[in-house]
Amino acid sequence: MDWIGETVDSIKSLQIRQVLTQAVSLGMIVTSALIIWKALMCVTGSESPVVVVLSGSMEPGFKRGDILFLHMSKEPIRAGEIVVFNVDGREIPIVHRVIKVHEREDTGEVDVLTKGDNNYGDDRLLYAHGQLWLQRHHIMGRAVGFLPYVGWVTIIMTEKPIIKYILIGALGLLVITSKD
Amino acid sequence: MHSFGYRANALLTFAVTILALMCAMASISDNLNHPTPTSQVQVLNINWFQKQPNGNDEVSMTMNISADLQSLFTWNTKQVFVFLAAEYGTPKNSLNQISLWDGIIPTKEHAKFWIHTSNKYRFIDQGSNLRGKEFNLTLHWHVMPKTGKMFADKIVMSGYRLPQEYR
Repeated sequence: MDWIGETVDSIKSLQIRQVLTQAVSLGMIVTSALIIWKALMCVTGSESPVVVVLSGSMEPGFKRGDILFLHMSKEPIRAGEIVVFNVDGREIPIVHRVIKVHEREDTGEVDVLTKGDNNYGDDRLLYAHGQLWLQRHHIMGRAVGFLPYVGWVTIIMTEKPIIKYILIGALGLLVITSKD
Repeated sequence: MHSFGYRANALLTFAVTILALMCAMASISDNLNHPTPTSQVQVLNINWFQKQPNGNDEVSMTMNISADLQSLFTWNTKQVFVFLAAEYGTPKNSLNQISLWDGIIPTKEHAKFWIHTSNKYRFIDQGSNLRGKEFNLTLHWHVMPKTGKMFADKIVMSGYRLPQEYR
């Protein structure tokens, strides 16, 4: 109970100058996170450099809650690579493996077919109606690195928003009441 | 300065830093491994070979695939994804890669294998260029780590040829 009392006291004793410092330092944290994210976007060339695996279609390689690092270089797409792609009419990007590639002689455009390692059939059922191949513009990046479990944080936060608010509230309180 | 919160925070930060360092080191240690995999593929039979109504050639074949990928496994290896692709060029496409068979190798003990199989995925050309076509069979593998960077490499086996006539 002491702790609550102290917290209340420290909130009461806030000075305008102190509040401003806290606000600035909070702003610094938020902007530096943003800077890191944008820098990663530039370095990797992918619009989302890190994705969380949401389905089990690539098990046992990638499980739900694993994190993938993406890279989008100019290099051509080849069979066997794990790519992240967007299908028209679907909001959530899919992480699957390329099993067929046909690259044009003249334009260099590619037709790509994908499949999840754990799925029985290829992805034509997931594509837009009547779509047989993925083209370059559907592909957001290819997976180059892998970190297990870390993505559970975001999965829990999106599925149980209450936990997100509690966490943000607690962190906010900590920032406000900290006196260093 | 020495409240519970500060100590818990310091401990957590330290633990996460150490964990991240260990993950990075595990991933870097993969570079010390210089694998020497081997592979052999025989095309035993062309089961059938025909032109689809839409004009694309399709072929079905039976193969013997043998490979020894044991040297790919390190302590940071979760699994190895291996697949055999037919690769060839046509006047329209500079490169066609068609996966014919694939498999997941979970442990080093399973990494030396021999399999007799017909193609798991359909071998269909974009167009009608497969008669008498010379093609490569390439064994690709993707090493999935427990954590860190993924590795991939391949063995190209050339000198395969499809028959001159549909059958």
